[in-house]
Amino acid sequence: MIPIMDEVFNARNDNYYHLRRACVDMGQGDLCLARFTRHSVFSGVAMAGTLLELICPAGSLPALKAAIDHGADGVYLGLKDNTNARNFSGLNFDNKSLAEGIRYAHNKHRKVLMALNTYPQPATLARWQQAVDTAASAGVDAIILADPGLMAYANKTHPELRLHLSVQGSATNYEAINFYHEHFGIQRAVIPRVLSLPQVENVIRNTPVEIELFGFGGLCVMVEGRCLLSSYACGDSPNTFGACSPGHAVRWQQTPKGMETRLNGVLIDRYADNEKAGYPTLCKGRFEVQGETYYALEEPTSLNTLELLPEMHRLGIAAIKIEGRQRSPAYVAQVTQVWRAAIDAVKNNAEHFRAQPGWLAQLDKVSEGSMHTLGAYYRPWK
Amino acid sequence: MIATNNLPATQQSTVSVAIKKMLGRLPAYPATQAFVTAFNLTVWKKLKDLDWDGLYGKSFSVVIKDLPMAMYFSVTEKGLRALKTTQPDVVFTATFMDLIRLALRLEDPDALFFNRRLLIEGNTDIGLRVKNMLDGVEFETLLESFPGMFGKAVMFARKKLQHRRAQ
Ligand code: SF4
Repeated sequence: MIPIMDEVFNARNDNYYHLRRACVDMGQGDLCLARFTRHSVFSGVAMAGTLLELICPAGSLPALKAAIDHGADGVYLGLKDNTNARNFSGLNFDNKSLAEGIRYAHNKHRKVLMALNTYPQPATLARWQQAVDTAASAGVDAIILADPGLMAYANKTHPELRLHLSVQGSATNYEAINFYHEHFGIQRAVIPRVLSLPQVENVIRNTPVEIELFGFGGLCVMVEGRCLLSSYACGDSPNTFGACSPGHAVRWQQTPKGMETRLNGVLIDRYADNEKAGYPTLCKGRFEVQGETYYALEEPTSLNTLELLPEMHRLGIAAIKIEGRQRSPAYVAQVTQVWRAAIDAVKNNAEHFRAQPGWLAQLDKVSEGSMHTLGAYYRPWK
Repeated sequence: MIATNNLPATQQSTVSVAIKKMLGRLPAYPATQAFVTAFNLTVWKKLKDLDWDGLYGKSFSVVIKDLPMAMYFSVTEKGLRALKTTQPDVVFTATFMDLIRLALRLEDPDALFFNRRLLIEGNTDIGLRVKNMLDGVEFETLLESFPGMFGKAVMFARKKLQHRRAQ
């Protein structure tokens, strides 16, 4: 087995997609596939094959093409309903655009991952299961799940379908991740944006599951997936409705005091003319607390981990995820371009990697909030 | 000079300044009618199959704040229809050049919004839906709807503006 693996890696030290192909080409398909698609891949191999993939958001077909054309290794997308956490009107894929998107990506040997990362309710379970079937028959490379019931369904019904654990699953320790792996064959986990890098390293050292980290974009850190703030303000829970602060509850209005943003009538923020504005998510509002007005819960900054890339590379992170399925193709193109260049630079020479000012400027231009942060990854006191 | 535009005044092409001057002098309703007619004869052909259900009869206003001019129109099954004045469901406000850059897909609407260069007032859901639906149509597809020479001119203008952004 090992010599075969070596040969595979020498030939295509690229990614799972190629690896699977190579195994089949060599007439060892079943043997390799058995290890790769269903069971524990010893982590050294998993890591060597899939280091630092760039996974970009696609809210539409043009966004998908923009991501692929600008160097994404894979895209993630969702269907046009509440089976995913970017359920905004006019966004996402129907069967036709899904088929075309998959064709476009696969022609260029890139992956398509489908997010099915909300939680089914008893009355609507069939919709989620059908979405799993749709993903499998359309030929996506993996589905990203949060609900264990759905994992069990996917595992049983489509054993060949690769499963990723969504950030919404909120698994922050290796025991939880290994549990999902052992019971449902989860092969990659997206880690919530609440761990420091040493904590991420601890997870990586103790699991055969590939680890994907968020690299850039809007932050949602309040125990991902379990936050009830939006639900409290407008009655729609992100986990079932599929959107935090849905458009129907949002109002922006220019007033003599500044631009006010409201969520179902609740004043979230008021911006002076020269201030950068944000989307009115409740966690990023400015509130008056004991006579002082400030970001009482969280600052509306964007995550940007560009400068941590060498460390992520050293740890053996399988993939970097870019947030923003609700954003335009122009955003996807600009962000993908920068991250492709940065990841290539790290892979070429991690020691001399420097985040170029031009990259940072381009990312800042499209960020929400007036600054970016390393998020929880960088906690010197940890 | 457009106060909020990121291009220095010297870089504004004389053509766009001339167009702006001309548009600024036009009364709003005939200008809207001209826009709506051009729109219906060209890009509407490519857009009419989108999922417009729920948007028919809704009214929109586009405010070009540096002209200044406000256009009012609604969506019907036959395309856009110019309105004289109305209480619109959604209002988009931006400068002339930013609207052009948005139409040419050179600018990310959210980034413009965060930077206060685009304002969306009224029914946000409708506004976001229109934005997302239009984002879902490829630029090349829209371009096919223009007569040959005009399509080429649009492509040329886009390349020029793209080049400026890269500088
Ligand atoms: S309110 Fe904030 S933390 Fe909560 S789900 Fe929305 S974005 Fe995430």
